[in-house]
Amino acid sequence: MKPVNHKAWWLVLPVLVLVAFSALIPLMTVVNYSFQDTFGNNQFFWAGTVWYEQVLNSERFWNALGRSFAFSTIILAIEIPLGVFIALHMPRKGIGVAFCLVLMSLPLLIPWNVVGTIWQVFGRVDIGLLGGALAAIGVDYNYVQDPVDAWATLIIMDVWHWTSLVVLLAYAGLAAIPEDYYRAANIDGASGWAVFRYIQLPKIMHVLTIAVLLRFMDSFMIYTEPFVVTGGGPGNSTTFLSIDLVQIAIGQFDLGPAAAMSIIYFFIILTFSWVFYAVMTRDPDAGQQVVENSEGEAGK
Amino acid sequence: MNLSWMAWTLPTALFFGGIVLLLAAMALWARLRPANTPRIGILGLATQRGDRLFLALLGSAFIHLGWAAWAPLPLFVGSLISLVYAALVFRFV
Repeated sequence: MKPVNHKAWWLVLPVLVLVAFSALIPLMTVVNYSFQDTFGNNQFFWAGTVWYEQVLNSERFWNALGRSFAFSTIILAIEIPLGVFIALHMPRKGIGVAFCLVLMSLPLLIPWNVVGTIWQVFGRVDIGLLGGALAAIGVDYNYVQDPVDAWATLIIMDVWHWTSLVVLLAYAGLAAIPEDYYRAANIDGASGWAVFRYIQLPKIMHVLTIAVLLRFMDSFMIYTEPFVVTGGGPGNSTTFLSIDLVQIAIGQFDLGPAAAMSIIYFFIILTFSWVFYAVMTRDPDAGQQVVENSEGEAGK
Repeated sequence: MNLSWMAWTLPTALFFGGIVLLLAAMALWARLRPANTPRIGILGLATQRGDRLFLALLGSAFIHLGWAAWAPLPLFVGSLISLVYAALVFRFV
């Protein structure tokens, strides 16, 4: 048997140190804060589970959570099919490939706060192109006062900003499909839908898993763009969990409730990430393979 | 090095110490009795020991959250339920 070389672990060490400082230590600190109360000056008092009880029994938390889920669901329902549709219609050869890829990458290169500012100006009725154009054709649009308009603006903004990511991932997946599959489908006289359903979709499922995961986590944690465009309003209509969290932690300096809310938020993200990952990477033949492996090992 | 900003307390330090010990125990278990073949459980997913530990810890976290927020009994009852839940996960998932 070939000896195992454990030296490779040293190569992972820098990443572990980085993760420890950027994720583990802050997470441990937040857990510590969530069980204590503070009035500043690094003085803490044990509070037990009181902040968790307070957060989980507050209507404000559940409303913000509901809004975050609704936002993520809507943008996933739009961005994933739209991204796949665009990727399917992008050219595979010639100069159009580079042009489309650069065009698709552009929104991804713009910082979040700039995206928010662009759409905040774009949507204004007095000086914005979108707001002005809608007003000119008689549409009563005002994202500052109307919750439906505010939601529509945020959703369109997110679709504009992030559909490109889904497009690029789906396009990479489609480009990796060997030409032989299409030839075989052509010989069998498969329709365009059959090619998509039985060749392209299964082949891009793994990259779509990544796209869904990234977009869900990102949209569920969205903060900067809605904060810049609507500031959580009108009223609380676009106050997502992240905005509410920052208001509690920084606006009100209630570190205990904010930390408890952060931990709950973290568990929700962790759960959904795992569910998505488990469902979408589930191998239908896994059961059979496991049984065969077990039988093989039993026979040894 | 001043770590007062991390606001450590004995209960939270014990909690994280417990997690580290749990991971160390899992590593030792894998070393002594390797089990590289995934198992299909009641969820219909192929899981290994690490997956089952993850599910046990995550589920226990939710049990504790729910217990702290809504149950009238002390929190250690929730911990006992979590232990039973973890055992069921390791047995059936």
